[in-house]
Amino acid sequence: MSARLQARNLSCERDGRMLFRDLDLAIGPGELVRVEGPNGSGKTTLLKILSGQFDDYQGELRWGDAPLSRVREAFLANLVYLGHTTGIKVALTALENLAWYQALAGETGSEAARLNSLHAVGLSGFEDLPVAQLSAGQQRRVALARLELTPRPLWVLDEPFTAIDKPGVAALEQRLHEHVAVGGSVLLTTHHDLASQGGVKRVQLGEGSEHAIL
Amino acid sequence: MPSSDKGASSAVEMVEPRGGLGVAMAAIFKRDLILAARRRSDILNPLAFFALVITLFPLGISPQQALLATIAPGLLWVAALLATLLSLDALFRADFDDGSLEQLLLAPQPLSALVLGKVAVHWLMTGLPLALMAPLLGLLLALPGESYLVLSLSLALGSVSLSLIGAIGAALTVGLSRGGVLLSLLVLPLNIPVLIFGTGAVQAAIIGNPVGPHLAILGALCCGALMLAPFAIAASLRISING
Amino acid sequence: MWAFIHKVGSPKWFYTISARLLPWCWTLAVTLILVGSIWGLAFAPADYQQGDSFRIIYVHVPAAFLAQSIFVSMAVAALIFMVWKIKVADMAAAVMAPLGAVMTFVALFTGSVWGMPTWGTWWIWDARLTSMLILLFLYLGVIALRGAFTSRDSGARAASVLAMVGVINIPVIKYSVDWWYTLHQPASFSITSRPSMPVEMWWPLLLMVLGFYAFFIAMTLMRTRSEVLRREAGKHWVRELAAGGA
Repeated sequence: MSARLQARNLSCERDGRMLFRDLDLAIGPGELVRVEGPNGSGKTTLLKILSGQFDDYQGELRWGDAPLSRVREAFLANLVYLGHTTGIKVALTALENLAWYQALAGETGSEAARLNSLHAVGLSGFEDLPVAQLSAGQQRRVALARLELTPRPLWVLDEPFTAIDKPGVAALEQRLHEHVAVGGSVLLTTHHDLASQGGVKRVQLGEGSEHAIL
Repeated sequence: MPSSDKGASSAVEMVEPRGGLGVAMAAIFKRDLILAARRRSDILNPLAFFALVITLFPLGISPQQALLATIAPGLLWVAALLATLLSLDALFRADFDDGSLEQLLLAPQPLSALVLGKVAVHWLMTGLPLALMAPLLGLLLALPGESYLVLSLSLALGSVSLSLIGAIGAALTVGLSRGGVLLSLLVLPLNIPVLIFGTGAVQAAIIGNPVGPHLAILGALCCGALMLAPFAIAASLRISING
Repeated sequence: MWAFIHKVGSPKWFYTISARLLPWCWTLAVTLILVGSIWGLAFAPADYQQGDSFRIIYVHVPAAFLAQSIFVSMAVAALIFMVWKIKVADMAAAVMAPLGAVMTFVALFTGSVWGMPTWGTWWIWDARLTSMLILLFLYLGVIALRGAFTSRDSGARAASVLAMVGVINIPVIKYSVDWWYTLHQPASFSITSRPSMPVEMWWPLLLMVLGFYAFFIAMTLMRTRSEVLRREAGKHWVRELAAGGA
């Protein structure tokens, strides 16, 4: 089974408005796909559908060789999704937050992995502070530490650059390309201009239900 | 953000689902307990509300012990029901706001089982304290002596169902900005059977009838809720997260 | 099989077929209710205990029947919507809820009016009336929940879950209320659980019950049709329809 997510004839209508129609999209190992479009064009909805959160769509989703609905747990075990909200409890410390995420995947996880991933996002020294005491950008980094915490092939990121400073943005962008280079896949939306457009597949959602794959 | 050299150099492998439902449920249970311990007022508020409502009744009706004693089982149960309701709105609210609810839905585990962890903490932090506190308030209402143990037992058992059924309502309304009043409209009618058999048990104890049957029915309601509610809660959360 | 289900579930197909059924349903409803009420009010014999006041059962009983049946139909429609994603089923569930609430209210109101000559009071905590009151709250919850969502689709799904939860709970609620009632008022006269009824009273009641059901079906079809038009207003076939009709 390969880590390949495929959408065929995907259409989504919400409250009588067609967001997109007959969208065909595949994300395989080594691919970075960027979903573009104006506000309200359905980027977040598309990401939610493709991450298995939202099943009010027409069409077919496949993970590897099987329909996604049938291998849901295997799919989710290979996915990291970061949405608009961080998913981080501010009353807990960064380490406690990460331990919870390790446990959600069904593993007890090691302290070393947690410390390493916090180090990777530049949060060494903040491990044992309640997240509430960190800045918005640092809170966001705690969420990003999940990318390092459990190595998973498919990253679905909704506006990952929000609230992060310039050096952080550059480092994250580089990290995304590294992930792709070693056979991972990334699906993201962002208003931020990526420095290197090389090897990026783009999906443009329009105001109407039209779309283009570039 | 400096990238870790180690993570980037090794190729990404497919991950097989590990199972580990027990680990995940224990983690949710533990996390919610820690959060509750760090915000103690959330535990105390329903208890204070319970005591306050019970204080209002003698003031609103009459201080006569005989009259209070006859209505005490009902009053205690209704007040406990309302106190539980008060705490329900917060059950998923914080998780919804900070996005950890969304992540819970994305865990490679059955959601209906995971939410049981959260409901268990809710019961431990609301239903159980209410049940333990009720005898004290029973004293204020001149509740006859034989029924104190049954009052606590029936509340402890009944509040499991209240938490489970209430969690469905909380899950349905968590995405709404003003879900509180609506939550009571959804949940209270569904809680009526629990109320009937809960007060029934206490009344039976007072008049010296066997309380076994009432407690057995409360237990049956609890089992039914345990079997069915998790699926309804999970389905409702999936709807609310996309509201 | 799948193709067939989705064809039946398509709004356009429903709109066409229901147009053919609707006149029949209305004719049936009006005839049954007319015959039933004239028979029941004018020709059926008066009750030996209650005199003419018993005749309110010709509205009360059918309304109470419908109040419960509509909730079950609503839950079935909700199930069909959730499992097969058939939108017409949700439109039907959406129009059934207010109709059911009205029927529940009618049953409560007539029960209360009937209570005055029978018990000398407007309200009594009779088991049936109490269950009916709780049913009214369940309906109000479903209606309010649907309305509370800004997204119509999410509201529809939330209301569907609640309708299904409610329908599982209704028997439990009914049983516990009955139990509660027998415990507190063991030997009192209940208006609706009468041992026997003369055949001359029974026939018009049957007609009225059937008439109410026909009325419910006609009303649901009619209101679902306008809901179809409202929700599909932007669709090609509705625009064609509007252009052709104008």
